[in-house]
Amino acid sequence: MSSATYADLIADCVHCGFCLPACPTYVSWGNEMDSPRGRIDLMKGVHEGAIALDDSVVTHFDRCLGCMACVTACPSGVRYDLLIEETRVKVEDEHKREPFDQAFRELVFALFPRPDRLRLLAPLLYLFRKSGLQRLTRERGLTNLLPKRLRQLDELTPPLEFSQLRVQLPAFTPARRARRGTVALIAGCVQRVFFPNVNASTIRVLAAEGFDVVVPHNQGCCGALSLHAGRADESADFARALLDRFVPVENPHELDRYDAIIINAAGCGSTLKQYGALFAGDPVHGERAAAFDAKVRDVNEFLAGLEPVAPRKPAPIRVAYHDACHLAHAQGIRDEPRALLRSIPGLELVEIPQGDQCCGSAGVYNLLEPESGAEIGERKVDNILSVAPQLLASANPGCTLQIRSLLARRGIDLPAAHPIEILDVAVS
Amino acid sequence: MILRTAETVDAQRELAAIVGSENCIVDPAELRVYECDGLTGTRVRPLVVVLPATTEEVAGVVKIARRYGLPIVPRGAGTGLSGGALPVENGIVIGLSRMHRILEIDFENLRMRLQPGVINLDVTKAIAAHGYYYAPDPSSQSVCSIGGNIAENSGGAHCLKYGFTTNHVYSATVVTSDGDVVEIGSPCSDAVGYDLMAALVGSEGLVGIVTEAVVRILRTPEKTCTLFATFPSTDEAGNCVSGIVAAGIVPAAIEMMDKLAIEAIVKSTGVDWPLDVGAALLVDVDGVEAEAEHTAAQAVEIARASGALEVRTPRDERERQLMWKGRKSAFAAMGRISPNYYVQDGVIPRSEISLVLREIADLCAREGFRVANVFHAGDGNLHPLVLYDGRIPGQAHHAEEVAAEILRICLRHGGSITGEHGVGADKAAYMGEAFSEADLESMNFVRCAFDPHAIFNPGKVFPTPRLCGDRAGAYVPHATEISEQAGRG
Ligand SMILES: Cc1cc2nc3c(=O)[nH]c(=O)nc-3n(C[C@H](O)[C@H](O)[C@H](O)COP(=O)(O)OP(=O)(O)OC[C@H]3O[C@@H](n4cnc5c(N)ncnc54)[C@H](O)[C@@H]3O)c2cc1C
Ligand code: SF4
Ligand code: SF4
Repeated sequence: MSSATYADLIADCVHCGFCLPACPTYVSWGNEMDSPRGRIDLMKGVHEGAIALDDSVVTHFDRCLGCMACVTACPSGVRYDLLIEETRVKVEDEHKREPFDQAFRELVFALFPRPDRLRLLAPLLYLFRKSGLQRLTRERGLTNLLPKRLRQLDELTPPLEFSQLRVQLPAFTPARRARRGTVALIAGCVQRVFFPNVNASTIRVLAAEGFDVVVPHNQGCCGALSLHAGRADESADFARALLDRFVPVENPHELDRYDAIIINAAGCGSTLKQYGALFAGDPVHGERAAAFDAKVRDVNEFLAGLEPVAPRKPAPIRVAYHDACHLAHAQGIRDEPRALLRSIPGLELVEIPQGDQCCGSAGVYNLLEPESGAEIGERKVDNILSVAPQLLASANPGCTLQIRSLLARRGIDLPAAHPIEILDVAVS
Repeated sequence: MILRTAETVDAQRELAAIVGSENCIVDPAELRVYECDGLTGTRVRPLVVVLPATTEEVAGVVKIARRYGLPIVPRGAGTGLSGGALPVENGIVIGLSRMHRILEIDFENLRMRLQPGVINLDVTKAIAAHGYYYAPDPSSQSVCSIGGNIAENSGGAHCLKYGFTTNHVYSATVVTSDGDVVEIGSPCSDAVGYDLMAALVGSEGLVGIVTEAVVRILRTPEKTCTLFATFPSTDEAGNCVSGIVAAGIVPAAIEMMDKLAIEAIVKSTGVDWPLDVGAALLVDVDGVEAEAEHTAAQAVEIARASGALEVRTPRDERERQLMWKGRKSAFAAMGRISPNYYVQDGVIPRSEISLVLREIADLCAREGFRVANVFHAGDGNLHPLVLYDGRIPGQAHHAEEVAAEILRICLRHGGSITGEHGVGADKAAYMGEAFSEADLESMNFVRCAFDPHAIFNPGKVFPTPRLCGDRAGAYVPHATEISEQAGRG
């Protein structure tokens, strides 16, 4: 982004403050450095050279969840999403972090966007738990000795069934009804490893609705996690690799096979839809990226736009739907998942108060800023429990991990599922 | 007053001891975000910002401030448009944002006890399900604080029928300039003695710091009918407003938007309002069902007779909410059509609306500025928005001059320099044009009765810095003094 564009985006902010109450960190602490208006003012100060990009300023950028609630709230259409993305790149380029901070970040980014490595980690975590070592370390309070951030990493990883670890998605699944088209599925990294059932459900529901489903093999990360953390080069590498999988340079027409490219993780979806903008003007990737992102659909969005053909069995259950920020704020997808859930007879849908507030997961935020993430998450859990659901519907793996781990800490057993898993039960 | 560095450090340490170091902001970069409120033209970096959590902490901070002779600026959500929360150099900003708890809801007596940082809209949200609401609804209600509303005597679209903040606050807990905690007003509707609430509400932070308030809540009207009417120009729209009022109708709200304002709103909220009209009115009438419907029908007739191009009613509650969201986002939506804007806030007799709007349009055309108008037509409370580009050297200043000239137009037509945004730092200079020296002198008496050392919000409201007992310029004895009703103590 050019310096002039950055300055223009900053100038769009008229300082009205309408975004303040939308911002989870402002709600937590009530200080304006941790509000969207304040952060934009800090960006302005740094950009104009009035203040330095020092530790204290960087802290306030780091504490931003990137939840985009402020983008929804802003009447002036300020593109805070673009601003914080660019600011994070600046921080990574120009600011030297403390060694431990830097090392932890490297660890997170060496693991999470890489399904192969995550999958390697998963059996280790599995053994760690099954061996009772985890209980032992927890009981003895040994985990308390681990730095907070590492403890968070441990608590967030969900209980795994060994069988889950080997699930391989079929490369091709034929439509189970009169064929309406062909779609490709993006499997996601965290989704694939920790929630393989979500992908399986997605495939089953799409097939039941009359679609052939293709899962191109060897998919990597879409680059969302890195992009949201200011690791621009890394994310561009991921994005290029994924693009090559779906739209090979030598055969760009491969894309024509698909009526849509389906994604079921909110965070990935919003980044995938940005590919065109990300590679705008790039002679090799620009056109392909634009053609690709035009076909990307969140699974909720895609299904809600269709006349359903698969009959739904009744499911008399009280469900609270949690709005993932990257669906609601970043993609404006709010009504679609609700409509899908309502299409199930007998299902009672309840609204979570302050539903437009983030759950504190925010990509890898809860790993990097565990205390703030937990504070925001506790508010979310309070709000969820206040409407007494029997099941929580959450369309983003990060949110589900976060909310489940906080519920577990309180000893509450509230099952959580992706809306597509619930739909899967109703249609199969 | 310039503090020596050692004293500054001592003061900061003592303040941190009271509110906790994480709520005591001293880092220069962090202080930057508190340099201004919704009025961005002037910025001042304070010495320190504290974010207390209790009345006692506020009182403790005030006592320290007094000891070190540091001025204090209270701050709510910082949405003020007159620079009321503009810091004073070397001063303390007390941010009330962390005091945002609803303390008590008393449906039986129709009142609520609130901390000052509670957001206006959160009051209604907390009671809406029970069929109640808090009436004053500034357009900034989704963010501005009750403390700020009290300080500014804020109004909104629906104040035409229900009155401004001053009609909705029973009592307040106030920290005085000595750091004492006092109760002003009475939680019952009529208190014996002087109406001190009248001095507090609208005092712009000069009387004391509100740390709790008991406000009045109302039953939600059984029925609200909304209509949206478009007109070829603001003339016909103005006539429609006069017609509605002349027919004896008291609408809950009657808001006017001109062409440019409509454009910004459409861009911001996506309401499907036509762009090829000269003005639009958004009208609410409420009451029991039969009454509201009857009055709404009457209003539609009057709109048609005044030359309306189209009169619409929202299809459902969702569309109604969207229409009002559009109106309430209007100022902030100006960012869609201009890099910067200057919101003016003047009041004129309702009968002068068309005339004044035309004079304002001529003035802005002459000076080379676009001007958007969106305002509370029922009260004659104008909000001309002078659009400018702050990146062009000199434009901000020029826009401000044009906005000042708009105020003079209002004054010439028998109006006033502020309807609801307050005088603050921004309009202090015009107080001398609106009031005589004697008027200002008596206002200062009142202020000094509460804050003899002028530590609260110095430099605001009064045109020249005044201490108690100061005589600015040639002194003109006030009428009350001549008749020996008051002295200069
Ligand atoms: C887009 C937009 C639309 C607006 N629309 C309206 C409108 O329709 N009607 C209207 O009236 N105003 C409107 N305003 C102006 C502003 O929102 C109001 O003046 C509001 O009441 C200010 O509240 P605040 O919490 O932001 O206070 P601040 O701006 O923080 O402070 C305002 C003043 O109150 C003082 N103050 C704050 N808290 C306290 C306290 N606890 N005790 C004592 N003094 C205190 C401050 O010192 C300052 O002088 C609008 C502003 C914006 C940006
Ligand atoms: S709502 Fe938009 S314009 Fe207003 S302060 Fe926030 S970012 Fe700036
Ligand atoms: S993205 Fe979320 S956390 Fe960051 S400033 Fe906006 S609202 Fe606050």
